[in-house]
Amino acid sequence: MTVTDPKTVRADQADLDKAADRPEDAGQWTAKLRTTAVEALPPQKLLPDRQPAYVASWIYVFGVVTVSALLVVIATGLVLAIMGPNWWHVSSTGLFVNSLHLWSVEVFFFAMVVHLWGKFFMAAWRGRRKVTWITGVVSFLVSVGAAFTGYLSQQNFDSQWISTQAKDGINSTGAGAIFNVTNFGQMIMWHITLLPLCVLALVGVHVVMVRLRGVVPPFPAKGEVPGDDPAPATADAEVGA
Amino acid sequence: MSTGDEIRKPRTFKVDRDVVAWHGRYAPYDLAKEFLIALVVVVILVVGLAVLFGSPDDKPVTVRSWSTADAVDFAQTAATELDGTSGTATYGPPYNVNGTAQSIGPISPAKWMGVHHPIDTAQDFVVGPLSTLPDNPQVTAALNSYKSASATQQAAWTAAYEKAVANATFTHGRLVVPRGNYGPVATLIAEETSMARSGALDGALLSSRQFYGTDYTKPLLFIADGQYLANLADNQHLSGDQWGMMNETGSYPGQAWLWLYTLWYQVPPMNSSSNGDLQVFAIMIVLTLLLAILPFIPGLRSIPRWTRLYRLIWRQHYREVEHGGGTAPVPTG
Repeated sequence: MTVTDPKTVRADQADLDKAADRPEDAGQWTAKLRTTAVEALPPQKLLPDRQPAYVASWIYVFGVVTVSALLVVIATGLVLAIMGPNWWHVSSTGLFVNSLHLWSVEVFFFAMVVHLWGKFFMAAWRGRRKVTWITGVVSFLVSVGAAFTGYLSQQNFDSQWISTQAKDGINSTGAGAIFNVTNFGQMIMWHITLLPLCVLALVGVHVVMVRLRGVVPPFPAKGEVPGDDPAPATADAEVGA
Repeated sequence: MSTGDEIRKPRTFKVDRDVVAWHGRYAPYDLAKEFLIALVVVVILVVGLAVLFGSPDDKPVTVRSWSTADAVDFAQTAATELDGTSGTATYGPPYNVNGTAQSIGPISPAKWMGVHHPIDTAQDFVVGPLSTLPDNPQVTAALNSYKSASATQQAAWTAAYEKAVANATFTHGRLVVPRGNYGPVATLIAEETSMARSGALDGALLSSRQFYGTDYTKPLLFIADGQYLANLADNQHLSGDQWGMMNETGSYPGQAWLWLYTLWYQVPPMNSSSNGDLQVFAIMIVLTLLLAILPFIPGLRSIPRWTRLYRLIWRQHYREVEHGGGTAPVPTG
């Protein structure tokens, strides 16, 4: 029986970790990619266990609540997708899962809107955080589209009325030529594949940007404003960073 | 050529764009625990709301249920589909070229995109479905008579019928229209009504293209051309002047996040303009763009600082900094 010395295993792992430092691997794309990624977002930054002391308000909770609600939306949506679009109309269990889906969407939007306005009043785009703000706004817009196509895919009176009313607005923009809100098949495909993928991707980028740039510091208090002190000529300088 | 020793141009600190780097205290913050607690709370909240309120699922209107509940409204609508005066028949792009696409000045995206879902209401909603009825010599004769008549003659028949059908009744399973010279139109609409009440028209409208159909455009537009669907929606506070589609049946919150979009439909000139939809969309596109690029817009990006609500969010921080706390950040240039 061969016994592997744990110390040897750890040493081998350490060698692997340092692979990018080897001169012969200097040009390796994989090593470069890993080094760049780890340098930009080291584990301590990706999952920090400490935050600046100013991160002490209930408003900060709503970002996490939004992500939590999104997970419940996805989970309940997956059950509805697995069982098929007719299931919840004929099964009491299905109707309950649809109710969970509906209310998780309501909680998701409530939390997202509170999060958005909270970040607005913090001017959370300051200090090289513009992309974070923009991905947040676009996430909200795509989520509106995802919810809208969900309402169109219900196969009940609501979806009939909403689609026949919404068609006028969509058609007036010319988008109706491609995006036909009265076409159930097209709407359900957008609702269960394209738009959820977009929302998840955008939220993912948004969260990574938050971790990359950190939580925006407060506006300077009296006496803190550097005035005309020169700052590094990088975009949206973080003075003193 | 750029060198590492190049002198970089200093930039003025702008309070709505830049930040003072934090050199103050860091406190333990358990993100994983916060996330798990948030998830549990959300699940409990969602389950509670689902148990308490459920979700609406009002049955859809079918052509059969519509023509059974209000045969006269169905017959009136079918007549307008046949003579090309219904909402869909005169819509314009993307369904046909019989109507004017909405525009703002020279901008008319619907016109530019053109017809993508072609619908000829006379053929697709009346003549076509009736042609599928087997072994019905009366309908075949009426269809042949109608199709072989001149356009002027067809218009005279349908105009007379459309006027008369407003006073029609439905008794003993038959549509009763005051006597008049309607040519074959009376037979066509009466048979179409019977076909609708049997449920055959639902299938004929849907399966005109293929067996596995998922495109309900035709039956939906046909149903929406009538008054029946609108009356049901009005009773459910779903009409445009009742903040329309952001609501849903029952007392559910619906798409409350569409409040701003729906708001514009309540105010002039959008609430009465024939180009109201495009005007509302134009406003929303501009507002959405402004929200997205707000960090770049001087003035707008200063609103948070002017409102001073941030002092409420960071009140503990400012208390410490401004009243001698020991954890103030150290601004460094």
